[in-house]
Amino acid sequence: MPPLSILIWLPAACGVLGAILCTLAGRSRKVESAPRTTSAENVQTTAAADESDAENSGWGIPGVLALIGTLGALGLAIGYIADYSPGTSGLTHVTDVVWISELGIHYKLGVSGLNVFLVGLTTLLFAAATIAANLRTWQRPRLFWCFFMLAESAVLGALLAQDLALFVAFFDLMLIPFYFLTGMWGRGTREERVRATIKLVIYTLVGSLLMLAAAIATGVLASQQGGGHITFVLSALQATPLGNGSQEWIFLFFAAAFLVKMPAFPLHGWMPDGYRAMPIEVLMVFSGVLSKVGAYGFLAIVLPLFPQGAAHFQTLMLIVALISILYGSAVAFTQTDARLIAGYSSVAQLGFITLGIFALNPQGAQGALLQMVNHGLVVAPLLFIVAILSRRAGGSEDVREMGGIAFRAPVLASIFLIVSLATLAMPGSANFVGEFMILLGVFNAKLAIAIIAFAGVVMASVYALRLFIGAMHNRVGKDVDSHEISPRDGLVLVPLVAVIVFMAIYPQLALKRSEGSTKAAVASAQAALKPPLSTLAAGLRGEGEAAVSVEGAAPSGQTAGAGAGAAGEEGSAR
Amino acid sequence: MTTGLSILATAHLKGPYVDFAALSPLIALLGGAAIVLLVGLLGSRWIRAQLVPALSLLALAAAAGLSIWQWNVEKSIVAGALRIDSLSLTLNLILVAGGVCTVLLAWRSLAAREAAHGEWHALLLTSIGGMSLLAAAQNTVALFLGLELLSIPLYVLCATELKREHSLESGLKYLIVGSVGSATLLYGLALIYGATGQTDFTAIDTALTGSSLATDPLTLTGIALCVAGLCFKASVAPFHQWTPDVYEGAPTPVTAFMAVATKVAALGVFLRLFDVALIEAHASWGIAVAVLAAITIVVGNVGALGQSSLKRMLAYSSVAQAGYMLAGVVVASRLGAQATVFYLAVYLFMNMAAFATILAREHETDHGDSIMGMRGLGRERPLLAWPMTLAMLGLAGIPATAGFMGKFYLIDASVTGGYTWLGVVIVIGSMISLGYYLPVIAAMWMSPAPGEAGESAQSATPAVSPAAPYAAMQGPTSAEGGLPTLAGGSQELDENPANPANESAAARTQPEVALIAIVAGAAILFFGIVPQPLFNLVHGVGSALGLL
Repeated sequence: MPPLSILIWLPAACGVLGAILCTLAGRSRKVESAPRTTSAENVQTTAAADESDAENSGWGIPGVLALIGTLGALGLAIGYIADYSPGTSGLTHVTDVVWISELGIHYKLGVSGLNVFLVGLTTLLFAAATIAANLRTWQRPRLFWCFFMLAESAVLGALLAQDLALFVAFFDLMLIPFYFLTGMWGRGTREERVRATIKLVIYTLVGSLLMLAAAIATGVLASQQGGGHITFVLSALQATPLGNGSQEWIFLFFAAAFLVKMPAFPLHGWMPDGYRAMPIEVLMVFSGVLSKVGAYGFLAIVLPLFPQGAAHFQTLMLIVALISILYGSAVAFTQTDARLIAGYSSVAQLGFITLGIFALNPQGAQGALLQMVNHGLVVAPLLFIVAILSRRAGGSEDVREMGGIAFRAPVLASIFLIVSLATLAMPGSANFVGEFMILLGVFNAKLAIAIIAFAGVVMASVYALRLFIGAMHNRVGKDVDSHEISPRDGLVLVPLVAVIVFMAIYPQLALKRSEGSTKAAVASAQAALKPPLSTLAAGLRGEGEAAVSVEGAAPSGQTAGAGAGAAGEEGSAR
Repeated sequence: MTTGLSILATAHLKGPYVDFAALSPLIALLGGAAIVLLVGLLGSRWIRAQLVPALSLLALAAAAGLSIWQWNVEKSIVAGALRIDSLSLTLNLILVAGGVCTVLLAWRSLAAREAAHGEWHALLLTSIGGMSLLAAAQNTVALFLGLELLSIPLYVLCATELKREHSLESGLKYLIVGSVGSATLLYGLALIYGATGQTDFTAIDTALTGSSLATDPLTLTGIALCVAGLCFKASVAPFHQWTPDVYEGAPTPVTAFMAVATKVAALGVFLRLFDVALIEAHASWGIAVAVLAAITIVVGNVGALGQSSLKRMLAYSSVAQAGYMLAGVVVASRLGAQATVFYLAVYLFMNMAAFATILAREHETDHGDSIMGMRGLGRERPLLAWPMTLAMLGLAGIPATAGFMGKFYLIDASVTGGYTWLGVVIVIGSMISLGYYLPVIAAMWMSPAPGEAGESAQSATPAVSPAAPYAAMQGPTSAEGGLPTLAGGSQELDENPANPANESAAARTQPEVALIAIVAGAAILFFGIVPQPLFNLVHGVGSALGLL
């Protein structure tokens, strides 16, 4: 396999190359495209015409190059997944170069069981979003694609970084392209966009910058303890664990960064504005991937480096996760904006993921990792469908103004149904496996919290089905002009749905490959909990109970949908 | 005094040995000032407008070259008054770079034209000479000399747009506040001399070592007054109040120079005085300066929020940045000194990129330095918008810019030195700072240019005649004063027979200003990704101070 740097920088290079080529291609093109951009604006505001005017689609030089870049990255990522043999727990394909010797920062990248599937998810969603974005014409396309591709590079960098300082740098960096993408090409009036972006950036950077301070403190304190030269390489930091007191405050700083990014309940204030303002193609990757980087950070950085801190704040984090689940779900079924339903459902889903991570046992962590991939796979098509629906409902993304779309668009409806059922973790979907494992893990750790968290599973079905019914069935909305999805939109949706179905059939693909790494990731935190033997035994007993009660609880809320879900999946598999 | 003089007169005086080679960078600067002043007296307009700046550049280049020539020298010269070591030489290079930028920014500026080119550039070179002297000062007398040599020309430079009220006001304000600062510092130095009986930094250090003098009230009062005096110069809160007014009022090239070079000199002397002479009293001043740094970071960043004048905003931002850099002084370690000097170098690029863009927009638009002038820049002039964007992101400390590296280094130094909380204050400051850096970026990239889409209705001065771009410089703060200054600005241009109408058109296109913006912007990006050259530059700084 080629080195990881190629995977990371290929998209950014394609973005920049596209901009350069497009500039070289001359001004005649620019003049020619000028009237087209104005018509693109009309599409954005009125959304009157979509697939029908084919000449309006982008496919300019930068867009095509971006597509090549993302598809190349996707191919590489699939190669890494295939190459990653189950059972290994260490890093593979390591690149390790000293970047700044004075500060002990290495440019160290590596593939582990924790990030290999997230890398796959990232490249897949970016590829899908690139296709989706190519269906539209963007004003200032060179800049748009530059930022879009830079975003992919930064996210991949954050996922693959095996040096704490490098991770922090990529983590902060990935926000900047989204700032521009939202501010320059977002929806709504200028003031709304600018306000939303400033809110977004400040919220997320508050966490990230605290994390920067905490990361530097980690490196310095570890080097002072170990007596060696300062280093930020994760494996070296892991070898010299910090004292309990430092671990605790450092843990809180890291948690702030990741919880904002996810977002989790008290820190989600940027989310509604941010979601409303982003162009849907950008939101697909933002919601699908960036939130996962936060969760990934907990799993790959926080648990191994600060096990005592994680153990100390386990209950707090579980409660935060629980509140996120309940709050996210509850708000999701009061919202009428389809985008925000997806947004708040993300809050709830990320709550589940946090719950699994802070069960601090392998089941929970593995479930969390699987659920990260699942949620990314589900939320991106969900958002794209929202965009398709809004074009059929006169440009509105309000569920009340949709309705009755399924009647004339059965294929769209069945795709939407699969996605919805996966969102609500229907048994038979990979999401079900993920949530089951998470709840199993939490059951072993904190029984009470697991019991309350079951409510979230039920609530998920409420908001997911409410969105589906509201948009697809019900009374036909007043501006609704329903028609089937075009092949071009299918190009975006079908691969994603195919992967959802594939993961539902074969979740072991992810589970087997990540098993070793997740065990290693939670091992020290689990040890830090120091469970006496009696509670361990109780935990083991609880495991059996958990299995029973999940199986008992899940169908009770969802029996009606189960058959339909299975049918829908079969339908699309064919 | 007279008896002293008579003793001096009768004594068989043996002048100190002067090592001219080691002193050569300073000689180049001050000699250059003299030459430029004389050349400026020549009659030809071309000589005044073109040759004088060129000669200034030559003097600066000579100073840089001579500094590099002396690179590995490490010795005290002029009877121990000055010390040539890697700290002073590194700071020399940063100062010279700042000077070169300033000369280029001022090439076609109104300030240099009004104040006569020869004088203006001579003052500039003298001020840089004073800064260079200050950075090398090894005893309190040289320190004070350097400080005055840098300050007095700056007072004048601030007031060089003779027809503009705000410029004059700025000069006067700076003069008064600066004198208070100088006097405070002088008093502090005198008290330290009184306590220790020494003026040499190393001798003061020896006197303080192992004696109770380090906690003596006299010494401590002296230290406190020195801190206050230097804080005036470095615009550290709560001694920063002059900064926004003076920065806003001064001609933009001078503001750029002040923002960068004064900080370099002030922090250089902070490092020398506190980390060499007063290191033994670190227990006393360390925490006090740390608290000052924290206050400065908060005050500067909060003050910058909501400013619509970019120069004012950058003034507050420079207050905050001074707070960041003080963190490197506070820890009194080699790492701290290196981090401070590293940040100074980075700060040069970021501020020069920002001020060059502001200056270019002052020429091109009628909005002066208001944030309105940045609107639509991303679409109109991407080559100016990118440097400004990088400068803003760099000042905020976003990764992939040199500012991130600088902050990283500073936080690293503070945590290593046991001031973890100060590191946290630095990042909190960065968070607040996004609140004012981001709107600038938003204005450049996310707003249509004023005039498009009817947004010009908001601008206060859309009808200013193109011949008076400076008139609007006061921005919205002087909406009622707009007319008189406008008249003044136009008058100057009309009166001056050497200013035909095409001159103002020529002044609008300034390739050298755009060049500085682009070079500085590229440097921000380059050193954000490949910071090793800068690390090598500052490598010897800490050991030069004899720190651990």
